[in-house]
Amino acid sequence: MTTIRAKKAFPWHIIFFLGPGLLIYLTVSVYPLLDTLRLSLYNEEYNGDLTFTGLSNFSKLLFDVVWSDPFWNATWNNLKFFVVHMLIQNPIGLLLAVLLSSPKLRMRNSYRTLIFLPTMLSVVIIGFVWQLLLSPLWGITENFMWDIGLGNYFDAWLGKESSALFTLSLISVWQFVGLPMMLIYAALLSIPDELIDASVVDGSSAWQTFYNIKLPLIMPTIGMVSILTFVANFNAFELIYTVKGALAGPNFSTDIMGTLFYRTFFGFQLQEGSLTMGAAVATLMFLVILVGVALYLFLFQRRVQRFAL
Amino acid sequence: MSTSQMKKATKTIAALAAGVALASSSFAAFSAEKLVIESWRNDDSKIWSDVIIPEFNKSHPEIEVVFAPTTPADYVPVLNAKLKAGTAGDLITCKPFDASLSLYNKGHLDSLNGLDGLENFSDVAKSAWITDDGANPFCLPMASVIHGFIYNKEIFEELNLSVPKTESEFFKVLETIKSESRYTPLVMGTADQWEAATMGFQNVGPNYWKGEEGRKNLISGKDKLSDPQYVKVWEHMSKWGPYMGRGYEAQKYSDSQNLFTLGRGAIYPAGSWDISTFNTQADFKFGAFYPPTPDGQDTCYISDHTDIALGLNSAGKNKKAAKTFLTWMASKEFASLYSNQLPGFFSLSDHKIKVKDPVAQEFLSWRGQCKQTIRNSYQILSRGEPNLENELWNVSVQVLNGTMKAQAAGDQAEKSLANWYKPHQ
Repeated sequence: MTTIRAKKAFPWHIIFFLGPGLLIYLTVSVYPLLDTLRLSLYNEEYNGDLTFTGLSNFSKLLFDVVWSDPFWNATWNNLKFFVVHMLIQNPIGLLLAVLLSSPKLRMRNSYRTLIFLPTMLSVVIIGFVWQLLLSPLWGITENFMWDIGLGNYFDAWLGKESSALFTLSLISVWQFVGLPMMLIYAALLSIPDELIDASVVDGSSAWQTFYNIKLPLIMPTIGMVSILTFVANFNAFELIYTVKGALAGPNFSTDIMGTLFYRTFFGFQLQEGSLTMGAAVATLMFLVILVGVALYLFLFQRRVQRFAL
Repeated sequence: MSTSQMKKATKTIAALAAGVALASSSFAAFSAEKLVIESWRNDDSKIWSDVIIPEFNKSHPEIEVVFAPTTPADYVPVLNAKLKAGTAGDLITCKPFDASLSLYNKGHLDSLNGLDGLENFSDVAKSAWITDDGANPFCLPMASVIHGFIYNKEIFEELNLSVPKTESEFFKVLETIKSESRYTPLVMGTADQWEAATMGFQNVGPNYWKGEEGRKNLISGKDKLSDPQYVKVWEHMSKWGPYMGRGYEAQKYSDSQNLFTLGRGAIYPAGSWDISTFNTQADFKFGAFYPPTPDGQDTCYISDHTDIALGLNSAGKNKKAAKTFLTWMASKEFASLYSNQLPGFFSLSDHKIKVKDPVAQEFLSWRGQCKQTIRNSYQILSRGEPNLENELWNVSVQVLNGTMKAQAAGDQAEKSLANWYKPHQ
């Protein structure tokens, strides 16, 4: 055997297959991200020229009250938005998935489709429909609540500082509850029947079977659902923008990082947009999500037990 | 490949190439005289395409004009993105003062010095679209809008009410409507926020801060937003809440328009641009009255705001055609066409024109009775962060919603202005 035969040919096919995807990923994802990071270090002069200013945008954003108040307000609101999803959307998603996977349930495909339907609708439609439903002028919610004896509790929820963010969070929960349901449902289906049978034979109740057998097996999926919820919530924008506009009123009570970014980057009414300040807000959003995902990886992902089924 | 096949292929390619060449050359010929107008007035697009542009084409058939509006809320962000990418239209609709001045400073708008027709506009009309030194006008003034209240005449007759002249009469009328009928006395919502500042604060306010005098004192720093004359405006507005419809906190601008045109509300804090919408949608008679004066004050002040103008995109390809269009827009013909097709937008040119719409006439007649001013947050005071206009939206909404006291609103607005504006520090 000669040495030439032993040397493997260069694996051109790898480049051939990876190339197109890599190229698209680099141009539409990596390059914009890096350029955003770069832009956040500049300042835009009144004539549109850029000058390098180091970290001044970030110090303004974090320590100058004009910027830091809205920034922390948006971060805090965003956290509330996320907590509502974690405490309401995901448990309901889990519950629905367990119900759907029950062998006694009939018409399960219809339920699954119906519950998943809002997820596929445009957020603009969702925002419009819910605004109409909840409208104190034309909405049907008020009459419905009178019919069931709760009419006195009806209020212009979307317009009140105290309730607007929570109402919007619930609308978002209603729309996206189908996603955790589907993912957990798929995980539940992949649990072998033998395991369930064995636990029943061993005499465990339905609750014990769920808690001791099913839940540990779907834990990795629940973790994934949580991190997807986190990333989606901290990138959220459309629903708030559609319902409350870019000024996210009343008194910025529904302002989240996405709307803050939009106002800063594109400007709003007489407020001028700033390319560089917008890039700084985007960078901080990126960092928040990065920290969240990293925490998840170190604290949860590495500890969760996986079982080969 | 056989020779015949080869020939065929060559022929196809040649034909394709010729086709492409033809298409692109005809496109070039086509686009040489094509003008695109960027605007936020999507409500007006029918009038532009059906009336105004055909009228222009009668005298200039060689220039094709396309009116390409965006929704009002998206206009500034979309326009900025288009200007940066170099894809914006040839003619740019200008917001007054600082927003457009910044476009000029960034080199997106051309100076209009020497444009034929600019002499038809007074200095006051031009003041909203000129550099601080007065040397370079950069947009051709189109129209101003006037604030006031539009009311349902049939409801006023039914309840035997007369048009209020003073503040106490105004609240008496509101109280009568509230106690003696099921109509919503004051049709306005706070969900979209801008009405609170524009139809609320800037509408009734000039009476308290004495119009231009107060506006100039605010710019010079002599008056502060926390001074009594401003706090009184918010005090006045804080009394509106009980007369606004149920759940007005979630009522949007379109909801208010519908509520009024359906005949379910009596008084609508308005901008004159609402007239054309109401003309097509309301099947009852409506009239207008100017903002009631505080008791004991004889002089009335109205907001007659220089609102809309047209500028020349410096990166546009058809500047000559664009200038022809701008010159045509400075003519008496356009002034009359625009003011009558879109009643409520009042031409800023010096031409003597006749406005036929009765409600628009009513609005115009106030120019003779009251002193005029423009919205106080537009010139200079919205150049910094936080921006005064957005700040006024926010505090006015809170005052109307009853979550903020009048004095606190003044203090907060003043504090944010003082944050960046030297004369107020």
